[in-house]
Amino acid sequence: MISEETKQRMRTLAARYPLARSAVLPSLYIAQEEEGYITQAGLQAVADAIGLTVDDVASVSTFYTMYWQEQPGRKVIKICTSLSCYLRGCDTLLHHLEQRLGIKAGETTPDGNYTLKPMECLASCGTAPVLQVNEEFVENVTLEQADKLLEQLERELKKL
Amino acid sequence: MPELIVTKDIHVPGIDTLEVYRQHGGYAALAKAVKGYQPDEIVELVKKSGLRGRGGAGFPTGLKWSFLAKNNKARYLCCNSDESEPGTFKDRMLMELIPHRLVEGVLIACYACRVKTAFIYVRGELALAGRQVEQAVKDAYAAGLIGQNILGSDFSVDVIVHRGAGAYICGEESALMESLEGRRGYPRLKPPFPAVIGLYGGPTVINNCETLATLPAIIEGGADWYASFGTEKSKGTRIFCLSGHVKKPGNYELPLGTPLRTLIYDELYGGGMLDDKALKAIIPGGSSTFLLGPDKVDTPLDFESIAAAGSMLGSGGTIVMHEDTCIVGAVLRATEFYRDESCGKCTPCREGTFWMTEIFHRLEHGEGRQKDIDLLMDICDNLSGKSFCPLGDAATSLVTSSIKLFRKEYEHHVEHRHCMVGPGAVAHAGVR
Repeated sequence: MISEETKQRMRTLAARYPLARSAVLPSLYIAQEEEGYITQAGLQAVADAIGLTVDDVASVSTFYTMYWQEQPGRKVIKICTSLSCYLRGCDTLLHHLEQRLGIKAGETTPDGNYTLKPMECLASCGTAPVLQVNEEFVENVTLEQADKLLEQLERELKKL
Repeated sequence: MPELIVTKDIHVPGIDTLEVYRQHGGYAALAKAVKGYQPDEIVELVKKSGLRGRGGAGFPTGLKWSFLAKNNKARYLCCNSDESEPGTFKDRMLMELIPHRLVEGVLIACYACRVKTAFIYVRGELALAGRQVEQAVKDAYAAGLIGQNILGSDFSVDVIVHRGAGAYICGEESALMESLEGRRGYPRLKPPFPAVIGLYGGPTVINNCETLATLPAIIEGGADWYASFGTEKSKGTRIFCLSGHVKKPGNYELPLGTPLRTLIYDELYGGGMLDDKALKAIIPGGSSTFLLGPDKVDTPLDFESIAAAGSMLGSGGTIVMHEDTCIVGAVLRATEFYRDESCGKCTPCREGTFWMTEIFHRLEHGEGRQKDIDLLMDICDNLSGKSFCPLGDAATSLVTSSIKLFRKEYEHHVEHRHCMVGPGAVAHAGVR
């Protein structure tokens, strides 16, 4: 369910731009924030707020990789696998995380706690290899640091 | 250490706040521009400074501004902060550490180009950078630096921070405009160029984040002062993003024309090769530029010299590889990037990047055929210059240049079914 307040935020955004349609990307973010991923209700709300068809909004949402088309894990670990990180050992780090989490790159753990997502260049090449945990950077990551990070995330999950 | 211009004061504590930024002379350039110059005079001043775009193409900034169509349609400015070129991490740093310098640059550009609405398009993945720029814009509004009658003048402008959502192609200016208009990020046919028909159909100027963040210093110091740095045709300084196999990777601002060797080996910058291994190859301007061999290490880092050496200065993303790097493996990684980021609009790029990656996988995993090497060259020939936008060209740069420079390594992969150097070769030889 998308709340009335959220729908109003989308309408306000649409009025902020010279053309209402420009509010599609930010409105999709708002819908995702509320629902965890891009749901049918989210698409409908964006379409209603901006005056587009649901299919039109869905077409936009599937073009951009930051809109989740299904529910991601509570902790999303993104790992950059582009060239500079490759030169600084991101494959070893990725393999390590796969082993520790018991999933392959791109998968979510069955308990819904973790998603491990390989990424294209994250603009952190000088501090490679690099992770993002729920959008925030963790840079110059060694295997030991990755282990500590996982312990910390485990503690955070227990508090949820 | 040479004078810092765009990265000056970036490590001053609190420089990301309006208060500290102003204590260090922030927004004085905006005041000087608005009170002391007519808009056209700023365009001339920037032309004279020799500033060229820092996003990749290196087009003269003032000249770009002067192409804006003179009609009665609303004009727009887009700041391209969609930094995603592999090997490039300078705009992220500027936005995170000194967001007001970018905002001030945006305002100066809007004044010069008579723009009433500006957009700062920040790459979606750069969450902190996005928050910092949003906060800076909010604080600048509150201080009367953005909005109506800025600093008591008749200059008024609205600035909107817009977050991307994960698509490399949106760094291409026409795709960026499509994205800003709420569509899939497919590039537009050019001409018409954005300066004539751009965002919402209005004349539009699109500048890179670093380019805009350089403007306050140029207004403050003057065109001649800025032009005194760099070379005759590549003036000023720029941020070089050094990554890969060096001891001290990082962002280093240097005058254009500084030799690659200085960037890689000087103690102040790269500090030499990682583990003191031999230099094997350099990508000078992001993964869309051509590979250079170690014989080019004395090339000055300016647009003309790097072009003469056979590559491009591009985004300033300098990726360094040492002797243990398997070139086939490294180029495979870059090729996967272009396959994933091809928007799919045109056939040469969509199919070309896909099949090149398939062939690379074959080579890397010991299933390559001798004719695959020429097949890759053939695909590149059918892709470069034949795709809808420059992404297709970019996807071929490392492939063609690496085959030209390191053909033996490709042949080794075919003949011996494993890497010639590095861990892949060691593992195969069983001498781990």
